[in-house]
Amino acid sequence: MSGADNVVWLGTPAFPEAARSALADTRLRTNLRRATGTIRDKRLAVAAELEDWEELRETAATIKSHTLRHLDHHLLRLEKAVTAAGGVVHWAADAAEANRIVTYLVQQTGEDEVVKVKSMATQEIGLNEALADAGIRAYETDLAELIVQLGGDRPSHILVPAIHRGRSEIREIFRREMGEWGRPAPENLTDEPRDLAEAARLHLREKFLRAKVAVSGANFAAADTGTIAVVESEGNGRMCLTLPETLITVMGIEKVLPSFADLDVFLQLLPRSSTGERMNPYTSLWTGVTEGDGPQNFHLVLLDNGRTATLSDEVGRQALACIRCSACLNVCPVYERTGGHAYGSVYPGPIGAVLTPQLVGIENAASLPFASTLCGACYDACPVKINIPEVLVHLRAEAVEAKRRGRLLPTTEGLAMKAAGAVLGSPRRLAAVQRLAAVGARLVARDGRIGALPGPFAVWSGTRDTPVPARESLRAWWRRTRTPTSEDARTAAEGKARR
Amino acid sequence: MRIALFITCFNDTMFPRTGRAVTELLERLGHTVEFPQGQTCCGQMHFNTGYRPETLPMVRRFAEVFAGYDAVVAPSGSCAGMVRDHHRVVAAQYGDAALAEAVEQVVPTVYELSELLVDVLGVTDVGAYFPHRVTYHPTCHSLRMLRVGDRPLRLLRAVKGIDLVELPDAESCCGFGGTFALKNADVSNAMLADKMRHVQDTRAEILSAGDNSCLTHIGGGLSRLRTGVGTMHLAEILAATEGDMR
Repeated sequence: MSGADNVVWLGTPAFPEAARSALADTRLRTNLRRATGTIRDKRLAVAAELEDWEELRETAATIKSHTLRHLDHHLLRLEKAVTAAGGVVHWAADAAEANRIVTYLVQQTGEDEVVKVKSMATQEIGLNEALADAGIRAYETDLAELIVQLGGDRPSHILVPAIHRGRSEIREIFRREMGEWGRPAPENLTDEPRDLAEAARLHLREKFLRAKVAVSGANFAAADTGTIAVVESEGNGRMCLTLPETLITVMGIEKVLPSFADLDVFLQLLPRSSTGERMNPYTSLWTGVTEGDGPQNFHLVLLDNGRTATLSDEVGRQALACIRCSACLNVCPVYERTGGHAYGSVYPGPIGAVLTPQLVGIENAASLPFASTLCGACYDACPVKINIPEVLVHLRAEAVEAKRRGRLLPTTEGLAMKAAGAVLGSPRRLAAVQRLAAVGARLVARDGRIGALPGPFAVWSGTRDTPVPARESLRAWWRRTRTPTSEDARTAAEGKARR
Repeated sequence: MRIALFITCFNDTMFPRTGRAVTELLERLGHTVEFPQGQTCCGQMHFNTGYRPETLPMVRRFAEVFAGYDAVVAPSGSCAGMVRDHHRVVAAQYGDAALAEAVEQVVPTVYELSELLVDVLGVTDVGAYFPHRVTYHPTCHSLRMLRVGDRPLRLLRAVKGIDLVELPDAESCCGFGGTFALKNADVSNAMLADKMRHVQDTRAEILSAGDNSCLTHIGGGLSRLRTGVGTMHLAEILAATEGDMR
């Protein structure tokens, strides 16, 4: 199993097709509109409370880019500090190696089940499936991840993986599936959020009290102290991090921070950007093992899985600064309408569109950088100032280059772009095309508008009328009505000389 | 002031009336407007679709043609944004030192229309008269690339006779996105539907914006559904006076 197999879901169609089905799902559209709209408003309100919000963003971006530039150094510092505090550090080059390490560590405990803290890194490597192959059952304990797991579903959001589900659907999933995994849902379960939460609490409590091994991800790791941080809302993560005897944390190598003091910046930015709260209800910090308190065995698995390759791209590397807040998803007009599944990756939305192609190779996710209007709302919302539009456009160029390699003949789009380039490269050719367009369009127009266009433009004209090109372009009008300037004479002469 | 008009290839072909409006407006304010005939395109379509090397000749031409003016004005937020944010990138990646220098010289002189009027020429009341109910879509690149802020609205508020109504959820993208509208036509339509609903909710006669590309997309949808709502570039409203019947 390679990393790419898990980061992108095999068999998912390219974004435009996957989006088409998502757009037709009325319930999905309603759930998404409501949820993203609510989080969006909350985020704006709590970000506005901080006078130094922009300085915080700037500082966070600086810390992240500095850390990424010296990543090897800080990772070795982290390893040293974690080891000194009684933890064991493992290095995993890819998903397969990380899964092997975690499976082995669980097997060493003699247990055949683990409880899990919500974690993107373990989603990314497909840990649950790898553990299942080894006969180990992994129980997701984050409420939304539980809904996804019980529903045999994929996460559709980084922070709220069940954002695509409404409460009546959740009730059905609980009633149908909870019994298969442990304590069944109460007989009289309603779709009231309070009742649903209570059912999950009872179902999960049984697992927390029994579990000997927990697996988590990490939001941050401080290289100076070896402290790992997990932030969450429910307290289920805290249960996993404190009750079991063994704790295994899988962390992407980009999560390291130089110093514990850096948490000051990130713990202000993350909750405000993600859930729109001033502070998240539970922040767990631990440093190695503490005798008589919490897990007595602690393993930290440092995961590369494409990150070093991403780091080598000068423009694209900023995507590694991501703190997984999902603010960009919530403000994205594309995500708001399609939801996460259409991206076909554990990392959906704008950040997914720049991160996924870099982790798995552009040829395995070529449609994702194009899944954006480049409206820039994501960049404005990003607490660590990742210039997502810049990376999107950069990756589009890579996607085009990748397509050019490995084929003898240019694509239709490539030909069209070449032709357009030739026209737009010369004012004379542009003027000629303008005259042709003005005449041609009048042949097909009715009442001054064009109803249907041919070829690739049919998807445009299917829902929009197109105005008729002007009889006289501006350059023609200018030439007819205005005296040419000396500048124009010069350009005209040069133009002639060039031909 | 000696101002060069960068009409943009799209406006030149489809909406020359916007260019005539910019010219009338700036001349009315006492400035000299020139139209360098060597101009073509900023290269945005190629750049944003991933055809970067193809952008180079357009970047080179732009820097040559528009060198030496007091200011260059473009009635398009996204084309002005392309020049300001990306011409340096193309010059650095594919060009030579001379081009990089030429781009460095020309870029600071390039303005979107509302920037030129408010920041450079220092006017908000341009003496326009437009007795119609208008709503304004701020367009993403004007808003988030150029950061023109409320400059267009300040200009519109000063127009005599205008009934300017706020567009709900104005800062949401309309779904055009250049080749996005073709590559992701379904998502584009979903976004268009919401934008049209908000426009219609205002009961405006005219939807205005600083970018005819977004207006062609939204206006194309409004026209197809025979909503009776028209579209007009900001420049055309600002150019309108009591003397003419627009």
